[in-house]
Amino acid sequence: MPDNPYLPYPVRIQQIITETEDRNLKTFKLGFLNKDDEEQFKYIPGQFCELSMAGKGEIPIGIASSPTEKGFLLFTVNKTGVATKYLHNMDEGGIIGVRGPLGNWFPWKEMEGKNVLVIGGGFAFTTLRSSIVYMLHPENRNRFRDITLVYGARSPGLLLYRKELAEWEKRNDIHVHITVDATDDPDWPYNVGFVPAVTEQKIKTSENSYALVCGPPIMIKFTQPVLEKVGFEPERIIMSLEMRMKCGIGICGRCNIGDKYVCKDGPVFSLAQLNELPKEY
Amino acid sequence: MSDKVIKKEELPNVLKILKETYEVFVPVKEKGFYRFKVLEDENKVDLNFTNTRLSPKSLLFPQSERMFEYSLDEADEDAYVIKEPPKDYAPTVVVGMRPCDAKALRLVDVNFVNPEFKDPWWARRLESLTLIGLGCKEPCSTCFCTSVNCGPFNEEGLDVLLFDLGKNYMARAITEKGAQLLKLAGVSEDATSDLNKQAEESKAKAEKQIISHVPTDKLKEKKAIDLFDASFWDEVAFACLNCGTCTFLCPTCWCFDIQDEVNKKKGDRIRNWDSCMFPLFTLHASGHNPRSEKVQRVRQRFMHKLKYYLDKYDNGVACVGCGRCVNYCPVNIDIREVFKLMNET
Ligand SMILES: Cc1cc2nc3c(=O)[nH]c(=O)nc-3n(C[C@H](O)[C@H](O)[C@H](O)COP(=O)(O)OP(=O)(O)OC[C@H]3O[C@@H](n4cnc5c(N)ncnc54)[C@H](O)[C@@H]3O)c2cc1C
Ligand code: SF4
Ligand code: SF4
Ligand code: FES
Repeated sequence: MPDNPYLPYPVRIQQIITETEDRNLKTFKLGFLNKDDEEQFKYIPGQFCELSMAGKGEIPIGIASSPTEKGFLLFTVNKTGVATKYLHNMDEGGIIGVRGPLGNWFPWKEMEGKNVLVIGGGFAFTTLRSSIVYMLHPENRNRFRDITLVYGARSPGLLLYRKELAEWEKRNDIHVHITVDATDDPDWPYNVGFVPAVTEQKIKTSENSYALVCGPPIMIKFTQPVLEKVGFEPERIIMSLEMRMKCGIGICGRCNIGDKYVCKDGPVFSLAQLNELPKEY
Repeated sequence: MSDKVIKKEELPNVLKILKETYEVFVPVKEKGFYRFKVLEDENKVDLNFTNTRLSPKSLLFPQSERMFEYSLDEADEDAYVIKEPPKDYAPTVVVGMRPCDAKALRLVDVNFVNPEFKDPWWARRLESLTLIGLGCKEPCSTCFCTSVNCGPFNEEGLDVLLFDLGKNYMARAITEKGAQLLKLAGVSEDATSDLNKQAEESKAKAEKQIISHVPTDKLKEKKAIDLFDASFWDEVAFACLNCGTCTFLCPTCWCFDIQDEVNKKKGDRIRNWDSCMFPLFTLHASGHNPRSEKVQRVRQRFMHKLKYYLDKYDNGVACVGCGRCVNYCPVNIDIREVFKLMNET
């Protein structure tokens, strides 16, 4: 980070990829304007950044690229309010800022030598993409045992990173279970059903495993008991939280749950940690 | 450095010398209330005040502060690149800060300057400040500083402490910075042992005059989650209007918002004081709000001050007992009662 932790690095939008058929999700590929900034910027899957649009403000967005991908950063943004709408209307070549990397990350050290189950729902799949790309990289793949992915969206057109999903599906070093809530496509080759149900069907053991779970609150609520039933301990169910944020560095006081600042002490927490905190998120 | 004397009639002279090197702030009465303002006429300085209505936190952490600036003009080479504007950190002296407000700065400092991140504006201003405190000879009935690791003559956070002893002030240098300042201002006459004795008496008397006490001894051992789920919050919050006065006046409230403001082709990124009392504070873009209810917001304020802060920093509670929130709450919500509920229930 620069000396001033509020000062963003200038970046250029290299490419914009429309991810979903409703056009509400776009992935922004960003390149640093200054080589030095790029070298200083070292991140770990699970972290996020503040994307900074001059005139519109800053928004916290998970880093969707993996540190094993060099020369750019990826962020996948859902169009909701003022800043995200503005970003969606920008063109390739435009200048924005990136502040970070911020927050903690998934417990990579602890997960070494373990099976990793990744469960994602909807567009909360961004840092999970980062994690999968990271684990599948030849340098890292041996550090983990079985990798299993359960990923669902409401319909096929709302799945993120569809090309990559299809590629992962073909590999033999990751088990991929893609699902949609419903589809009228008779040739849909994957599962139909909610993420918790598909998880229950496919995941039979928690032995030597960690689960990374990101998705809408309703998905998390119903997935948790499924995981507990197959024996996942709360210490090994890992989640990433969202709170409204401003500073991203634990100073502005906005994003606390109990005595934790989600921006700095999180966004990644184990279920065991969350059980100790007030239910105020 | 031994304690010094400043004769009251010499104070204007001392201030005049300080004015040559420093920007000097003093309490000034305006529309019935005191607040810290830049010293204009050293002959009109009036230190006969109880305390300022607004806490002096704004001297380090302005209510509204420009963080960055940028151009939105495509013709500019650095259009859209966010930059730090130059700022002035002239050496500044505050005269007459109350010990509770000085201690509050220490409590807030652990937030703005922590092992991972340093807020550059807070840190630079704190470095440029020298604080001359004024002990509280006549504390008021809502002060409860002595219950929260502070007191009417508490020295923590101050560089110099003044004792008002009738015709004289006794000046005690607390830090090297304070000693240097006294030297520069030509304050060199040692206090007599008699004056020293008077100062100690004045201090003991003031401490005795503090009649409000709050219990804090069990706060640490209680579990945050139990206090969070306690049954008294509805009652505490019942009358609250969520007006935010308490957080606005409190010397230990530091939450802020960041907003971009654009005027034609120039923009500024600005931070403004914010308040956990407002529903927008935690509203997500999706419409979800973890603190949509008033009672949740009131609980947050007290839990932050009396429990989360205590647990997070092991630095006591985030309240110095100044009584501002007690005095100015339009519906008489009284933090002293909440201390009791949280500590005793
Ligand atoms: C750690 C983290 C990671 C996230 N990752 C992603 C991601 O990968 N992709 C994605 O699309 N969204 C993500 N979000 C949510 C995203 O930050 C909000 O949707 C976004 O801030 C909305 O901004 P807006 O200006 O369009 O909305 P407005 O409602 O106009 O919001 C105004 C301002 O409020 C704040 N704000 C509003 N909602 C949120 C929120 N849910 N979280 C944090 N701040 C908020 C922001 O400062 C924002 O600029 C993430 C949030 C967090 C906390
Ligand atoms: S001053 Fe009183 S009424 Fe206003 S927000 Fe604070 S507690 Fe509520
Ligand atoms: S008494 Fe009230 S205003 Fe004063 S420090 Fe405590 S909480 Fe803040
Ligand atoms: S966003 Fe400022 S404290 Fe977390």
